[in-house]
Amino acid sequence: MSARIVTITSGKGGVGKTTATANLAVSLASLGKKVICIDADIGLRNLDVVMGLENRIVYDLVDVIEGRCNLRQAMVKDRRIPDLYLLPAAQTRDKTAVSPDDMITLTDGLRPDYEYILIDSPAGIEWGFRNALAPADEVVVVTNPEVAAVRDADRIIGLIEADERRLPASLIINRVKPDMVRQGDMLSVDDVIDILSVRLLGVIPEDEYILIASNKGVPITLDHQNSPASTAFRNIARRLTGEQVPLINLDSRGGILRRLARIFGASKAAP
Amino acid sequence: MTSLIDRLLGRKTPTSAELARERLKLVLVTDRSDLSPETLEQMQAEIIQVITRYIKIDQSKVHIKLEQRARENYLVADIPLVRDHSQSAAPPPPAPAGSAQLAEPEKPSGS
Ligand SMILES: Nc1ncnc2c1ncn2[C@@H]1O[C@H](COP(=O)(O)OP(=O)(O)OP(=O)(O)O)[C@@H](O)[C@H]1O
Ligand SMILES: [Mg+2]
Repeated sequence: MSARIVTITSGKGGVGKTTATANLAVSLASLGKKVICIDADIGLRNLDVVMGLENRIVYDLVDVIEGRCNLRQAMVKDRRIPDLYLLPAAQTRDKTAVSPDDMITLTDGLRPDYEYILIDSPAGIEWGFRNALAPADEVVVVTNPEVAAVRDADRIIGLIEADERRLPASLIINRVKPDMVRQGDMLSVDDVIDILSVRLLGVIPEDEYILIASNKGVPITLDHQNSPASTAFRNIARRLTGEQVPLINLDSRGGILRRLARIFGASKAAP
Repeated sequence: MTSLIDRLLGRKTPTSAELARERLKLVLVTDRSDLSPETLEQMQAEIIQVITRYIKIDQSKVHIKLEQRARENYLVADIPLVRDHSQSAAPPPPAPAGSAQLAEPEKPSGS
């Protein structure tokens, strides 16, 4: 085994990186893959609470790097699903405790034992982002259909393109509201892809179960498997494995009137 | 958002998503090229100056902009020439004047 390392990043904060990392990790593990996710947001650790593993943390990533424990001791095994692990960030340190080379050494130690290593990057384009990017084989940029988030995604994509490694990058558009898109009050998936000219990995609808799931500390893909967002995450996980999965039509929830309206051209292009 | 009445009357106010799209395209031109709108304007003025030394152009319709095509930046210029075949057309000061049809880029009409 030699793991594929996927870094999940965004530019703008709060667009759904941590949510995506947790749910893609769960979805990949559900597909029978051996997965570890790494929280690279040193000092602002979040992935542990989104996954509901916060009470089981003993050591963290900085402890491993500074030699206070070995990798195995720092990993937290998710008991709800086979072959899913978390390597938590340090909460009481800052980003400078870790360097890009540390991240490469760390993930080199993990590669032989996993199929996927997902890295939850902090927002921004500084140190933490550089750390998260250093070991990546592939980058997934998360954005929202919103001017500031798309602008920052463009910046990140520009930086990834300028990187000599030429890492493949793809986009997740999160928190899409089909009704607002239809009314012309939200950028459509086509708009965002047209502007950013990047490969679309998937679209996640706005889904209130995501908040409910995070309240409980159970990723939505475990807690509410039939919700639209869960389906979207599962599809993205399958695309990550190389499977061809068509985009779900977020519009399919619309009633007959809405569908008629669409047929008669009263609406904008749907995602 | 375009109201129903607007739509019935064929009036078209841009939707907020259309505004978002236009604003993004504009801001990304600046972000990606590091060229502010003012600098672009100044460059346009200088380009016009150079060109008018050689050819007569319709200055009011000159359009120079940065454009993206699949994440590559292009400087795109639309510079309409004045369709004017009288002798008074654009005396080119630096080039040796006279001699037939020096670098006349306009296609000869007809034929
Ligand atoms: N599709 C969605 N529908 C509804 N709520 C969502 C969705 N995606 C994310 N959220 C909510 O948005 C908030 C931010 O999500 P998240 O923490 O995953 O973002 P982030 O990009 O990791 O933020 P940061 O930059 O701070 O690390 C959370 O409260 C989450 O529950
Ligand atoms: Mg986060």
